[in-house]
Amino acid sequence: MKVTVTVNGQERSAEVEPRLLLVHLLREKLRLTGTHVGCDTTSCGACTVLLDGTPVKSCTMFAVQAEGREVTTVEGLAAAGTLHPIQEGFKEEHGLQCGFCTPGMLLASKALLEENPDPTEEEIRWALSGNLCRCTGYQNIVNAVQWTARKLQSDSAATGAS
Amino acid sequence: MTTRTMGEPIPRREDPRLVAGDGRYLDDLGRGALAAAFVRSPHAAARVVDVDVSRALEVDGLVAIYTYEDLEGPMAEPLPLLIPHPRLHAGRTAYPLANGVVRHVGEPVAMVVARDRYLAEDACERIAVAYEPLAPVVGLDAAVAAERAVHDDVPDNVAAHMVQEHGDARAAVAAAPHRLELDLSIERSASMPLEGRGVYARWDAADRSLRVYSSTQTSTSVRFALAVKLGVPVDRVEVVAPDVGGGFGVKIVHPWPEEVLVPWAAIRLGREVKWAEDRREHFVASAHERGQRHHVSVGFDDDGRLLGLDVEFLHDNGAYTPYGIIVPIITATQLLGPYKPGAYRAEFRSLYTNTVIVTPYRGAGRPQAAFAMERTMDAIAAYLHRDRAEVRSANFIQPSEMPYDHHLTFQDGRPLVYDSGDYPATLDKIKKLVGWDEFEAFREEARAAGRRVGIGLACYVEGTGVGPYEGAHVRVETNGTVVVATGLTTQGQGHETAFAQVAAEALGVPVERVTVVTGDTRRFKYAVGTFASRAAVMSGNAVALAAGKVRAKALRIAAEALETDPDDLEVADGMVRVKGAPEREIALETVAVLANPLRYAFDEQTKLATQFVVGRGAEDPPVAEDDEPGLEATDWYSPVRSTFANGMHAVVVETDPETAEVRILRYCVVHDCGRLINPRIVEGQIHGGVAQGVGGALYERMVYDENGQLLNASFMDFLMPYASEVPKVETDHLETPSPLNPLGIKGAGEAGTIPGAAVLAAAISDAEGFFIDTMPISPSELWALREKEDG
Repeated sequence: MKVTVTVNGQERSAEVEPRLLLVHLLREKLRLTGTHVGCDTTSCGACTVLLDGTPVKSCTMFAVQAEGREVTTVEGLAAAGTLHPIQEGFKEEHGLQCGFCTPGMLLASKALLEENPDPTEEEIRWALSGNLCRCTGYQNIVNAVQWTARKLQSDSAATGAS
Repeated sequence: MTTRTMGEPIPRREDPRLVAGDGRYLDDLGRGALAAAFVRSPHAAARVVDVDVSRALEVDGLVAIYTYEDLEGPMAEPLPLLIPHPRLHAGRTAYPLANGVVRHVGEPVAMVVARDRYLAEDACERIAVAYEPLAPVVGLDAAVAAERAVHDDVPDNVAAHMVQEHGDARAAVAAAPHRLELDLSIERSASMPLEGRGVYARWDAADRSLRVYSSTQTSTSVRFALAVKLGVPVDRVEVVAPDVGGGFGVKIVHPWPEEVLVPWAAIRLGREVKWAEDRREHFVASAHERGQRHHVSVGFDDDGRLLGLDVEFLHDNGAYTPYGIIVPIITATQLLGPYKPGAYRAEFRSLYTNTVIVTPYRGAGRPQAAFAMERTMDAIAAYLHRDRAEVRSANFIQPSEMPYDHHLTFQDGRPLVYDSGDYPATLDKIKKLVGWDEFEAFREEARAAGRRVGIGLACYVEGTGVGPYEGAHVRVETNGTVVVATGLTTQGQGHETAFAQVAAEALGVPVERVTVVTGDTRRFKYAVGTFASRAAVMSGNAVALAAGKVRAKALRIAAEALETDPDDLEVADGMVRVKGAPEREIALETVAVLANPLRYAFDEQTKLATQFVVGRGAEDPPVAEDDEPGLEATDWYSPVRSTFANGMHAVVVETDPETAEVRILRYCVVHDCGRLINPRIVEGQIHGGVAQGVGGALYERMVYDENGQLLNASFMDFLMPYASEVPKVETDHLETPSPLNPLGIKGAGEAGTIPGAAVLAAAISDAEGFFIDTMPISPSELWALREKEDG
């Protein structure tokens, strides 16, 4: 059957089996391999994407369930070759090592900051508690989210002032 | 001016591509390749009576089904026993596909190749395997009892038995004024990288060559193993480790059944074939570690000074021993930590069970060793009513006693000799960092508020940077970029950055000009691999040595061009300059041009090097007899023995009086890994190591039932800590350089994990007032222990 999804702002269609998972639509059919599969059981969050702005685990959702909706993947974060501040934050604060969990972490963090621009450390840790990282021990991921929150605030202050 | 990059916390050059989603992990490659899937044994022990594939043949998109009967030659033989050892008297390895018998749940019985993974799994479901189940051996008790054998020809289930002794430990214990006996256990856990294993193979029929991508910690060795198994000349095989989503030990094992079967099928079919492991497969078909039971007899004097230490332990090696007995050997030798044991004896038996194989996981036998030794130290302190730090201090090897020879044999077959370390200084630092001497006041304060808190301390020494060797190739291109290649692989440790720093400093170029390639046998053919906290020590030094050779050659060529002596020259910022006369300089890229006399010009740079422009005397060959063209060099680092890093962890915990939940209030680490290449990367390694140590202490365990079924083979059931569980880590460093290698480096990869179980057991014991001898510990287990203590 045919499914049409807006992915990173672009409308994309594909012929899919009803059982095809959203993550496989993204990875196999649309060649967006930045979204990874870590566990198959909705536990690790490596496959996290934003569905209409809300983080979902794309390994536990059928592609057809995304029909007509908007999906943001890690490939959609940077605009015109400029990294999104959350990507900058992870880079600046050494918030990644092997990088496998990073796309999911980035999207979960982005969603958090949109809802709560000034989260406490505790709030960050809880917001990311659906995403496993086996490398970093999370401390620098927390720092990266805090870095980004500061950056977004100073950017918007600068915009407000101009 | 010199270009300082060593020791600088520069940002990682890997990150821009990884945060953009441009990483190239195994399953991101091979679009359009056929997919492999495996039929795996649902039984822990069984005979395979029949494999009926008839119903699978109906699956649209099916390409091939293979069973053991299809394998021939070396493929029909058991997989290699990678690390043979004289004490491993009954080593056994698996066949790529089960040859009539399966010995653990998850063992591959048939391989299916189909158009995509969905279809391959459809076919797997339709393959009917008839098994005759056998009673399995599960757990160390069953293995020791040996009522049944995992391998018919090993009736006692003992794969290896080893004793190491220095002095007469048993007599020393017996003669000591004080004696204690302890039983200390650690359960099974596993590396659990977020990316599982994976293999993608391409056979080029025209070229008769094979390229294999594998999510491995050792591409060079996979290459040699594949050449042997597949009967393809080794120079026709290339193996590439792409971006690898974590390893932590499990991916050093090779060649896996799937790792030989996928390329074998690719050759047979003349098609690209790929397999990416799913999580359940990773639980039941890769490798575990940690499961060990120790009995400690210790004799000591009134100050708690060890007089004799006698440790016997049992190691559960699972169904096969492809990686030998590295883990228990490490436990036996690294148990001593920073201490002088008096007389010491370690004896272990490595036993077969019908469970997944056991191979090194970050720490590799050391978390168990630290648990046994540090719990013993705590028990001695409790017995003597002395401060736990004081008892440890009384046993330390002093800096003045370095190098210190334990008169034992380490995992690399070399003498266990510590090269350097300042344990008293490390203890001072950790006590200050955690506030050891002020803790009793905090305890009283907490107690007054109805809270239960405890503090723990644990020390370790870690042999890092084992040989035999690593090498590196460094080349200055004619555009001024510096290309570094080393055969050792990367799984997130930031080698592209760290090795660039080493090369930049050794060569005198800005670090931005250096690019690094790791784990690609097309670029560097000889290497050992990334494990045992060895990458920075081994390849770091090899890169420095190779870059040093390139620098020496650059000085020689530049000296000719500038008509001066090489000793009068220096290299900085990519320019070779006359010391004190910086206007007389020549760029490294120009030196690279001069180093390579050319017949043909193809750009402005190469025009400068053609035979009518440069040339030696008319009677001299353009390239001198003892010289080579190009500004490049290869060099190798091969150490006499390992270099020993050390550290101490201290934690403060609070245990809930009602629910027995354990909360970590503070986690402090003091670490000495010699000279640092990039402190931010080292710090990250410590954080990640601590998270795995905490996981191993409080959450992670493999739960097998009596039938050998792994009951928690998913991330839903095998608990790993999230950001909500891992504490903030407070760190401090010492830098005691290693005298063994030119850069003075010691390894840092595993350290954070090693004392986790020991330090948390100590802190929880301290909070609760009773001794904890088994880890990990869950709230319900702690609650049950309280009930038992209360009678």
